[in-house]
Amino acid sequence: MESKINELLQGPIIVINLGLQKFAESLEAQKVEVVQVDWVPPAGGDKEMLDLLERLL
Amino acid sequence: MPSGFVIRKNQYYDSVFLMGISKRIADVPGVQRNAVLMGSETNKRLLADIDICDPQIDAAQPNDLVVAVIAETQQIVNDVLRRLDEFLLGGVQVASTSNPHSFEEGLAQKSNANLAVISVPGEYAAREARKALEAGLNVFLFSDNVSIDEELDLKQFAAEKKLLVMGPDCGTSLIGGIGIGFANVVRKGSIGAIGAAGTGLQEFTSQVHNAGFGISHAIGTGGHDLSDQIGGLTTLAALEALEADPATRVITIISKPPGTKTLARLIERFKTCTKPIIGCFLGAPAKPHETGANFQCAPTIDEAVWLAIRALGGEPDSNKADFSTEERQWIGREKASWSPEQKYVRGIFAGGTFCYQSQQIFRDAGILVYSNAPLEAKNKLRDSDQSLEHTFVDMGSDEYTLGKPHPMIDGTLRKQRILTESRDPQIAILLLDFILGYNASMDPVGELFDAILEARQNVKKRGGNLTVVASVCGTDGDPQDLNLQIKLLKEAGAIVFRSNAKAASFCCELLK
Amino acid sequence: MDIKQRIEKANEEATRRLISGEPVLVDIVPAREVIPGMRDKMITHAGPPIEWSRMCGAMQGAIIGMVLFEGWAKTPDEARKLLDKGEIRLEPNHHHQTVGPMAGTISPSLPLWVVENKAFGNRANCRQVEGAQQFGDYSDGALQGLRMWRDVWAPTLRKALHTIGGLDLKPIITKALQMGDELHNRHTASSSLFANQMAVAIAQTEYTNKDAVIGTLKYITNHELLFLGLAMAAGKAIADPARDIEYSTIVTAMCRNGVEFGIRVSGLGDEWFTAPAPVVDGLYMPGYSAEDAGLDMGDSAITETVGWGGFVIGGAPGILSLVGGTPEEALNYSREMKKITVGAHPIYRMPILGFAGAPIGIDIRLVVQSNVAPIIDTAIAHKDPGYPKIGAGLVRAPLECFKKALIAFSKKYSA
Repeated sequence: MESKINELLQGPIIVINLGLQKFAESLEAQKVEVVQVDWVPPAGGDKEMLDLLERLL
Repeated sequence: MPSGFVIRKNQYYDSVFLMGISKRIADVPGVQRNAVLMGSETNKRLLADIDICDPQIDAAQPNDLVVAVIAETQQIVNDVLRRLDEFLLGGVQVASTSNPHSFEEGLAQKSNANLAVISVPGEYAAREARKALEAGLNVFLFSDNVSIDEELDLKQFAAEKKLLVMGPDCGTSLIGGIGIGFANVVRKGSIGAIGAAGTGLQEFTSQVHNAGFGISHAIGTGGHDLSDQIGGLTTLAALEALEADPATRVITIISKPPGTKTLARLIERFKTCTKPIIGCFLGAPAKPHETGANFQCAPTIDEAVWLAIRALGGEPDSNKADFSTEERQWIGREKASWSPEQKYVRGIFAGGTFCYQSQQIFRDAGILVYSNAPLEAKNKLRDSDQSLEHTFVDMGSDEYTLGKPHPMIDGTLRKQRILTESRDPQIAILLLDFILGYNASMDPVGELFDAILEARQNVKKRGGNLTVVASVCGTDGDPQDLNLQIKLLKEAGAIVFRSNAKAASFCCELLK
Repeated sequence: MDIKQRIEKANEEATRRLISGEPVLVDIVPAREVIPGMRDKMITHAGPPIEWSRMCGAMQGAIIGMVLFEGWAKTPDEARKLLDKGEIRLEPNHHHQTVGPMAGTISPSLPLWVVENKAFGNRANCRQVEGAQQFGDYSDGALQGLRMWRDVWAPTLRKALHTIGGLDLKPIITKALQMGDELHNRHTASSSLFANQMAVAIAQTEYTNKDAVIGTLKYITNHELLFLGLAMAAGKAIADPARDIEYSTIVTAMCRNGVEFGIRVSGLGDEWFTAPAPVVDGLYMPGYSAEDAGLDMGDSAITETVGWGGFVIGGAPGILSLVGGTPEEALNYSREMKKITVGAHPIYRMPILGFAGAPIGIDIRLVVQSNVAPIIDTAIAHKDPGYPKIGAGLVRAPLECFKKALIAFSKKYSA
């Protein structure tokens, strides 16, 4: 079975972009399929909740 | 003709909605007729008209859903009725107009994604990267401030799942010609690259392109990958992938020197690699590493480019390392223009690799350079804002970019520093780098143009001349206009090279 | 199975139960006949448990009203004294398979809507909705409405209901959601669909008192929030079977008593996870303003718990003014609720969103992760006793409730 890494190298790459919108735009300019995620800190950045969610979600 | 029906008690739907469902069922191959109706008297007569009759249908109420299918085979009938919920629910997801706000939501929109590009704040980056790996995606992790422990954890997990983690603090990758992050527009070819630093990869790939060759893939690893703490997990994964990749014929690795243990492990791995490998470990002592039949060392990125091209059977311009007659003439001209107190070079860099490689070239030429990011700790500037003798400043280091845009994106920081340097009577040479490509400033030279002119003017007022030496990292395909950027630099009076190594060597010649 | 898989499986089951509810109005009966724990000198109220002294003004006013309505005291002062002395037992509706709008107060002789969930056989009750006493108004005019309900309207409707042997609410709810109702603040369609059905039932029924019949017909055909009481009883009847599923993180109740907001979670039994009741962002009746407003109150958030109200507000353009005025804002609330729910209802749908199903099954994990709290559109009571409804608006459930529940969940199931 082909590794997921080589699948990536063979393309097409399909991207989920978390954060900087510019990165998504530059990928779109190269005709790459990309979803821009306007990322916000999960659980509003509450670390205690993040730890719980890591185990439960 | 085979037929069948189902009755859903007390499931009311609007008749127009049901007509839409009926149309979708009609599109199923082999379905002859179908009826999707509420069990009213009128509707029951319609069913009878198409010979769908049953006591259960007679008993159906106006709030009961009746679905009848007539198809070429009984299997099709059964299949459609079994999948009724799909027809009823399908295609009516709540459409979102705003972008998703979390990885999960993003993944829901593109469940076939194979790469997560992550640039969220460092404290959250590892969690997001892990989620992406769990979902089976490779990761390009631009975020910095990810701890070594988190990095190791991610990379071990990725190794288990046979996935690639590029980064953290990964600025550049080129996958099958697609630039991710800060990347130049480079033609496809058969040279593979693995690089710890973004600008290192940009310089390498641009030069390969400019030499008429191409890149299969350039995989960023993040700056810590070859430390002994991480042990080169991403480098090894990338190496394996490039070895297996049919498009790649030679593999170049560009990094600061690996940790001792990691280097040993790498060299062991190189021995079994079926493709030639070129190692460019910037800042390493001048003596060559252990080499082998398929492993060569290059001291600079330029030489790594030449070795890679030779490995493909190509022949780079043999005089690349040398300066042209015209360039040689400039050396005399510039030196003659300096006043007696002008002695030192000041390199004000946007690219960390360029700052580093330049120091190595000076070291090998026997010239001591101070830096905020020195090759050796003893040459560290006590105050990064205060240049000392020959000084190279990495303006992209954390101390400068905390809360401010990186000099590759915005020239403000470098502009100020250039003007400060120009007020030092001992400055003779200003060494600069300009980086083009996706996500970099659209006019890096233009941003510094006035500052360069003003700096030269300041020196001129003191009766001397400021020699400006610049390298431009980029290709003719980049979104910025490469030729225009070079032309602007020349207008500002700069001596322009297409490689940082060459620009730095030229400075050494000027100081000899 | 690891804990995440157990949770997924439990939530799937909880959502399946929520989706498969079949609410049918089966009776209209005085509280003492249908609430097993209902005793003399007892009043049930909205929200999580709260003692008399800590109750907000509106709820105190409503309770005084119920004491007067039952004739346990002659004057508001007398009523207050009884309450101060603790002679009236006060318990939450939710502890008695019952819900009530705003103060939600229910006393033994007050007739309740009784809804049976035919899919599971459980029943739930809700009091009728009116705009005065449940907001804290204990004037004689306010109580007159309750007396009419007890003595005329409820018995008349009950008789007609018996004639037709119960009334299926699911088709009414389904159609109303497609006619611009969201079933919390807008009940124009559902109330009128209900009135249509009951009018036929009344016509089929033998009555001796024609005035009572006409009065009742006028009541049901002119009461735009009539169906809210039925929707709430239906919501409670739908939500209860989803309770007590081990490992489920699905919310089974949200309610407010004007001081605290509380939620219950399927896998966490009877415990209430509470936070201070939030301020409602609202629009006010002439003569009132935000300064007069009490905090969020009522069991009516049971409608959001089962995927109506704020969750489907995108389908209720008639109350756009509540959400800021643009259809896009309303649609975005419904889209946003999709982020914190695990399912979409196959029958209850919103035409304006391409017939998307109502978001259903609030998962506390998704609420905490997305930092998106359930949106509730609700009425506003005065902060002091003695006033009718003063406004309506939007409010978010406090995230703190969901965080507390998540901590409790982790403690209970991580051991």
